[in-house]
Amino acid sequence: MVIDLNAPEAIIREHRLGSVLSYRGPASELCRLSRTGGLSCHDNTFNQCGDCSAQRAMLPISQIRDGAMVNHAPIGCAGDFSLFNSQFRRGLGYRGLPANNLRALSTNLTESDMVYGGADKLARTIRLANQRFSPAAIFITTSCASGIIGDDVEQVSQEAEAELGVPIVPVYCEGFKSRIWTTGFDACYHSILRKLVKPPKVKRRNLINIMGFTNEPAFTPFLAKLGLEANYLVHQSSVEELGRMSEAAASAHMCETLGTYLARGLEQEFGVPEVPSPPPYGLDWSDRWLRAVGQITDRSDLAEKVIIEERRRIGPKLEEIRKELSGLSVYAVAGASFGHSMLAICQDLGLKVLGMTGFHHDLRFDNDYEETNSLNNAVDLIGDMPHYHVCNKQPYQLVNILGQLKPDLLMGRHEGLPVAGVKMGIPTFFASDANLMIGYDGLVYTGRMIIRVLRSRNFARNLARHSRPPYTDWWLTQDPFMFRRSGDGF
Amino acid sequence: MGSEALEQPRYVCAIGAQQTVLAIPRAIPIVHAGPGCSSKISGALGDQAGLQGAGYAGGSAVPSTNFSESEVVFGGEQKLRSTIDGTLKVMDGDLFVILTGCTSDIVGDDVTSIAAEYRQSGFPVVNAETGGFKGNNYLGHELVMLAIIEQFLGNGQESPVDPGLVNVFSVIPCQDAFWRGDLRTIKMLLERLGLRANILFGYDSAGLGEWRNIPSARFNLVLSPWVGLETARTLETRYGTPFLHWPALPVGAVETSRFLRAIGDFAQIDPRIVKSVIDDEEEIFYGYLGSAADFLTEARNGLPLLFHAVADSAYALALGRFLVNEMGFSPGLICATENPPESERCQVSVQFEDLAGDFGPVVFENDGGLIQDRLDQALDTERGALILASSWEKDLAARHDGHLLRVSLPIYDRLIMGHSYLGYEGGLRFLEDIYNLVLGKSA
Repeated sequence: MVIDLNAPEAIIREHRLGSVLSYRGPASELCRLSRTGGLSCHDNTFNQCGDCSAQRAMLPISQIRDGAMVNHAPIGCAGDFSLFNSQFRRGLGYRGLPANNLRALSTNLTESDMVYGGADKLARTIRLANQRFSPAAIFITTSCASGIIGDDVEQVSQEAEAELGVPIVPVYCEGFKSRIWTTGFDACYHSILRKLVKPPKVKRRNLINIMGFTNEPAFTPFLAKLGLEANYLVHQSSVEELGRMSEAAASAHMCETLGTYLARGLEQEFGVPEVPSPPPYGLDWSDRWLRAVGQITDRSDLAEKVIIEERRRIGPKLEEIRKELSGLSVYAVAGASFGHSMLAICQDLGLKVLGMTGFHHDLRFDNDYEETNSLNNAVDLIGDMPHYHVCNKQPYQLVNILGQLKPDLLMGRHEGLPVAGVKMGIPTFFASDANLMIGYDGLVYTGRMIIRVLRSRNFARNLARHSRPPYTDWWLTQDPFMFRRSGDGF
Repeated sequence: MGSEALEQPRYVCAIGAQQTVLAIPRAIPIVHAGPGCSSKISGALGDQAGLQGAGYAGGSAVPSTNFSESEVVFGGEQKLRSTIDGTLKVMDGDLFVILTGCTSDIVGDDVTSIAAEYRQSGFPVVNAETGGFKGNNYLGHELVMLAIIEQFLGNGQESPVDPGLVNVFSVIPCQDAFWRGDLRTIKMLLERLGLRANILFGYDSAGLGEWRNIPSARFNLVLSPWVGLETARTLETRYGTPFLHWPALPVGAVETSRFLRAIGDFAQIDPRIVKSVIDDEEEIFYGYLGSAADFLTEARNGLPLLFHAVADSAYALALGRFLVNEMGFSPGLICATENPPESERCQVSVQFEDLAGDFGPVVFENDGGLIQDRLDQALDTERGALILASSWEKDLAARHDGHLLRVSLPIYDRLIMGHSYLGYEGGLRFLEDIYNLVLGKSA
């Protein structure tokens, strides 16, 4: 779908990608319904808390190392500034830079701003951000409150830009606007594409854009095998580096859910191709990724050599790991596409994949590549999964799913969900660093971490004996999807 | 003042009272707000507050209407009703507190009537208007306590006074990262005097049963500079319960003994009992302190004797008094971060009078940028000072060879479970933490 960079806002995922929040059934059926239609976006009649677009947009925006962020919101929306700060400081370390505090302000909207409007306060706060941080750009993130009272953020931004001579970048991420919180990633990328990315002055044939989070720079040694460099986006990038992402040879990401909007934008506007492959998790997808990158950068022969060498190198280690894990059953819970990647790894480790819960499902992706349709890829690789679920977090559903499936191992990413498995006595691997799991070494790394989890299972076993779920006995015997709204197409 | 832009926030908005609800055993919040409100609060007041985690029904388990565009346009009452219905079936709790956010408060859902309807049908449901623009979570905490009292407790006529019972209104769960240990300590101190404490929050609370007994208490204890006063005044009007306002959380022997004497006087406890408790506790406390005196004497030239505090008024006051009155430290910058209401600032300032040092009286400042400027100047006067502050202050502390003890939010690099600096033992623990910071940096 074409991205319209003249529009101030990204189109929300429900409308753009046909995303849905609820599904239960075989994975293959979801693939089919994604092609034919018949699914619509509903939450349940009873829900536990989700996340919001502002959280997803503000995380990467806050990590831009010489930018400043102004959150136009009441102070609670800045509740995750300190989380962003801990990531920012760690991420600077990954780039060999000294730790520094986050450069972010909240406009701290109060009751009188709700009555009289918050535009003046926003303008003052932008000036304050400029004075305090001398930033290379100032990003404004919006909120439910600023959206409902209708502050004209676009106009304030234009005036501030004229006054200060610094790019002012509005990021429209009001929490209520989209039920799919990953819309916030798109809001972040849209604003960067719209305001900051410049046409390339040179082409850097050795540079590959990597859309990811604040994680270990593990793409660097991986790409070095092909003589290529990683350009990590957007966490801890400088504004100038963001402006030059159009110079790269190609774009890739550690998660299709995260990265395809930016990749599509770069391809559409500047001809930077998106690597037509699943991300490099597990043997098969690592092979495919290296081949695709090799083809784009004219290194196909080298890629084949690397694949053979890497598979040979880790072969014995992988055999050791498989001996310990073979036949154990696994269930995953994660943001959609990264979950599929974890399953690809599980398959290679000899685990028996029961299924997974994704937090949403995009019927399509922003690009036109069949190669990045992550659920199709997972089904092709693993075979059909009879127990495929889509739930917007919703641990009350997860505990009943886990209670029925009783996996030997739970794999999870995203804070707050996987601990439900531990409290049920299920050894649980938490994917704290997605980059460390890439490629052939990442497969070995993940296997070893899973073995550590399994060997320390006394922790889960003991905790489960002393944990009560916050659910009624009645609920724990119910169909996990009994609160779904009708009309979900399943 | 206090309502302009903020850098490095140290609190959240009123809906942070979600954690106040969760701190009551088997109480469950129903967040009628945007889809990210609840999880932002869980992050700020759970993970970023000494890695406290979700607990029983917090974190991702919190029921929420996850306000979307259609509720903004058409109102959210229908979605709230279905969420309450589901919560009552699914969630295993004794009390359900609806917390409204910016979205529902702006569009004007009549949540008060909905909560009342459920109560009339026999369900324990109350509501508090905690829209983020209304104020911060210090306010929100009090709004939730008032909501439960006003909507859930009877008029008190059927509750005879229980002469041994005291209600405690003290630290704010999670905003005080040490709240669990603190409340346990306060309860145990009161029990030493023969009282029974309705501690109301945490693992040592009996949950809703305690809240039901609030009207029976002989008196209310407000153990905090200002939070809880409104609640105590309401209870005085409602049930005629007198209250004792003791602003300083007691840390160490001097302050804890003063606190116990004050309680003894107010509750008319036999002074011999009070004295005997104090004598026993001081014997042990000063035994330990005396044994550390060798170290404290011989290492004194290398130990901090100046401290700066960037914390809310409750913690700045409590830790400051101990350091000054018990340990002979000099106060440096004392910065209270929670933006107390104007009406309370004067009396809070007075509480800090004996802590006024070279940097003057307590400063009320909630903007991290200005706090850092002040702290930078204060640290310039003497290297190696003790800094009682948050994770935000790491770089400043390092730049001035200061010893940073993280005691105020955010704290994302310290695990806090039952740790407490209150009481006699807490004072010793506080000293261990301070001096282990210094010793840990030795070669």
